Amino acid sequence: MYQTTYHRPSSVAEAVRMLGEAADGKFLGGGQTLIPTMKQRLAAPSDVIDLRHIAELKGITVSGRDVRIGAGTTHEEVANHSGLAAVCPAICYLAGHIGDPHVRHMGTIGGSISNNDPAADYPSAMLALNAMIHTSKRALSADEFFTGLFGTALDEDEIVTAVSFTAPEKAGYAKFPNPASRYALTGVFVAKRPEGVRVAVTGAGEDGVFRATAIENALSRSFEPSVLDGIAMPADGLMSDIHASAEYRANLIVVMAKRAVQAANG
Amino acid sequence: MGIEGIGARVARKEDKRFVTGLGRYVDDMVVPGMKYAVFVRSPHAHAAIRSIDTSAAKTMPGVIGVLTGPELKSDGIGNLICGWMIHSKDGSPMKMGAWSPLATDKVRYVGDAVAIVVAESRSLARDAAEAVAVEYDELPAVTDAVKALEAGAPQIHPEAANNLIYDWELGDAAATDQAIAGAAHVTRMRIVNNRLIPNAIEPRAALGHYNPAEDHFTLWTTSQNPHVARLVMSAFYNVAPENKLRVIAPDVGGGFGSKIYIYPEEVVCLWASKRTGVPVKWVADRTESFLCDAHGRDHVTEVAMAFDTDNRVVGLKVDTIANFGAYMSLFSSCVPTYLYATLLSGQYAFPHIHCNVRAVYTNTAPVDAYRGAGRPEATYVLERVMETAARELGMSPAELRRRNFIREFPHQTPVIMNYDGGDYEASLNAAMQAADYAGFPARREEAKRRGKLRGIGMSCYIEACGLAPSQAVGSLGAGVGLWESAEVRVNAAGTIEVLTGSHSHGQGHETTFAQVVADRLGLPLDQVSIVHGDTDKVQMGMGTYGSRSGAVGISAIVKALDKVETKAKKIAAHLLEADEGDIVIENGEVKVAGTDRSLPWFQVALAAYTAHNLPAGMEPGLKETAFYDPTNFTFPAGCYICEVEIDPETGVTEIVQFVAADDFGTIINPLIVEGQVHGGITQGVGQALLEGCVYDPTSGQLVTASYMDYTMPRAADVPSFKVSTTSTPSPSNPLGIKGCGEAGAIGSPPAVINAITDAIGNNDLTMPATPQRVWAALRKAQ
Repeated sequence: MYQTTYHRPSSVAEAVRMLGEAADGKFLGGGQTLIPTMKQRLAAPSDVIDLRHIAELKGITVSGRDVRIGAGTTHEEVANHSGLAAVCPAICYLAGHIGDPHVRHMGTIGGSISNNDPAADYPSAMLALNAMIHTSKRALSADEFFTGLFGTALDEDEIVTAVSFTAPEKAGYAKFPNPASRYALTGVFVAKRPEGVRVAVTGAGEDGVFRATAIENALSRSFEPSVLDGIAMPADGLMSDIHASAEYRANLIVVMAKRAVQAANG
Repeated sequence: MGIEGIGARVARKEDKRFVTGLGRYVDDMVVPGMKYAVFVRSPHAHAAIRSIDTSAAKTMPGVIGVLTGPELKSDGIGNLICGWMIHSKDGSPMKMGAWSPLATDKVRYVGDAVAIVVAESRSLARDAAEAVAVEYDELPAVTDAVKALEAGAPQIHPEAANNLIYDWELGDAAATDQAIAGAAHVTRMRIVNNRLIPNAIEPRAALGHYNPAEDHFTLWTTSQNPHVARLVMSAFYNVAPENKLRVIAPDVGGGFGSKIYIYPEEVVCLWASKRTGVPVKWVADRTESFLCDAHGRDHVTEVAMAFDTDNRVVGLKVDTIANFGAYMSLFSSCVPTYLYATLLSGQYAFPHIHCNVRAVYTNTAPVDAYRGAGRPEATYVLERVMETAARELGMSPAELRRRNFIREFPHQTPVIMNYDGGDYEASLNAAMQAADYAGFPARREEAKRRGKLRGIGMSCYIEACGLAPSQAVGSLGAGVGLWESAEVRVNAAGTIEVLTGSHSHGQGHETTFAQVVADRLGLPLDQVSIVHGDTDKVQMGMGTYGSRSGAVGISAIVKALDKVETKAKKIAAHLLEADEGDIVIENGEVKVAGTDRSLPWFQVALAAYTAHNLPAGMEPGLKETAFYDPTNFTFPAGCYICEVEIDPETGVTEIVQFVAADDFGTIINPLIVEGQVHGGITQGVGQALLEGCVYDPTSGQLVTASYMDYTMPRAADVPSFKVSTTSTPSPSNPLGIKGCGEAGAIGSPPAVINAITDAIGNNDLTMPATPQRVWAALRKAQ
């Protein structure tokens, strides 16, 4: 790791100010990507502004079916939140299957979606749940927020403060983990809402998380795994690497979608 | 057997310090004035070095020295060598290219060391390493051994035309060809044995300390064989004479072969300590481990197995290309030859075998012995082709093997080995019974109803351990003898220290070796301590690899114990005024047989050291040294049966049952043996399902350079194993020990792959059988 200057703001406003004063500063969420990257000397921010001690970024509130999760909430907190589990167990399941216990106790939802790793789990949930992403400047829909591989609509000095969504009637997540890293080789989040079904795929797309409209249309007719029999996803636009070809990922999208629906139906 | 003697399930003595964080590893060692080293490594797979400019780095904060290859050469430090001479079939010696500990003219793989930076801290050393300016002229690279042999391939060493190190053969080619030509059936396969990266939990490390006052070097290193390290560095690398070089391998966190060899880093750290005047410590980070530890396996083989009308094998022909990487590592040459081709007879009475092996340079990390070393490759070839032949012949795989088993011993194979004993039918029967082999069709049907494809596969392996009779290996080209030594030192009050040349880096020697002594003398285990891993303490040794520490290391201890016992009996006979022949040692007492006259063990020891009343002419003291040279290899063997279920939608393989029936001869500690089998099978499952080293074929970059891409087996990847043992004691050593450290890794891969190919109905499957590969193979089969 190169030399860097560490800052610990206690408010979002202070964090934004600190970044503005830094030559080449970086916000630190849970540190599950930035820290290893710095340790490998692949990132060298002049200043690290640690968001982990900002009270306003913490916590989960559930009122009725409206859910708000502070950006600084760890995966472990999401996984084990009983109020959240009562209205949207799928997101608890998803959080409980990110990484390993060390990662889940450090990593945060805000950090995960801000990084928008194409193999991260949360972006699929945000997109399928039609979540709103609240930032230090504004609120955006998940559709607007995720803009491609590691890309988001965030400005350099903009901090995700929370996500919010209305719990769907049903939701499910199924992930096929990369055998080595346990990131999503293909993960599918399905959400059945009064307005229709939304299906989002992570781990597979060359441009990061995306909605699988063919699967959405089929499931809007009938929210059963069997309606996906015979549906074939095109391999175009899917990633190909040593772990999975685009064709294999195309297959996994349908299989994981079926399993997600099965999980959603209980 | 006593509760702590031979055969007792004693919990490991050493585990307390390991599980409480009190182990002492190389990185825990602190010497006053010690500084930290970082190596500058090649980012290219193949390039000529145009220039190295260290001037900027030398001015960086905290930098003590920056040293390069030309300085190393000017101080007379030698090139690294391969210590086993192999001759090609045309009689020419193997073509060994120069391996300078720091590259001078050319780099040949990503990670090749170019310079060393010594600084006040690791971080400062790393900063300065980035400031070393190396100008490279990039050259085309080749990572695949088959391609490296093709015309026009990049040439890696001037000494080895067409990258060919040797073209070697064993067995009778003409007789084998003739047998195949006249056979009723021939099964042919192309078999790839995937390249593996060892991944010991403790990365390699070295701390070199030169003491100018005494002109003496000390090296703390992560070695499986510190005496061999000293010998090689002294005799070949010109670091220091042996009496001026002490090598200490303290607690070492796993090796699996990768810590046998002498690497550039320990040589350079010693030399750099003298050059800079400070003790120099280097600890590999995990990326360096991936890039620079010697890798394992990497064979491509064409095999033909020929049968007569009775389905008996009449001939086996094997043609293998072995990837050696960029340099010949210390024992690399013997792995695909005398540790591979000699095992191709397996458990079977084959009249004719011929094996040809071409060893090839590529722009990859050096390849050397890795848990099993040649024997997993042989077993994989043999047991996959045997299972495939059974399918082609429409015969049960068990029956086909049974028909070809060796049943009389000693048995001379066509490929050097003389098997001294075994009962292959016994382990096959035990495994089949434990696996409920007969009940498999019903389980397959039941799985089908759940939408799963169930398959079963077996592997009957043999291996040669207890490396090895020195004269025999000398005649085959080994540069060293493969005996072991032990000193049994009885202290004046009767407690015992055993100094052994074996080295424990996870095997539990401190427990098993003590059990042998405790058993012999009837002493409590805590009165026996095992000392190893220090050339200043232990007289001499050849180290631990090739499942040799039991068969050879313990045999040396037994031989030393014989001498101790003889002397103790003489002393007791004198003190008890009895005939020496009537003295027995039991339960910590030295007795006159059939009487109530006895002395406690400690009194005999004390008498030896007070020397007040010893037999006339006897030297004081009670301490004996022995060297044991094996009379033959030992031949552990067994049968593994694997049962899998495949999810046809995803290609995911679940191992639902794994049965091992091993014949390890005499077992000292069943708990430790079972642990070795569990670990070995897990590594074998890793090779079969998960682990595959991938280099980019064009750039030569290591793609699987971290745990993000290289899949190590995890606990959840393996089932609860059903392990059992049968026993035919080895007739070749005093306790009948055969060795157990590698069996699991040797026997399991073919069992796993045979089970998967059985489940999916497609035999065209290479390791690692990842979900993607199984899914694709399944689609082709449908």
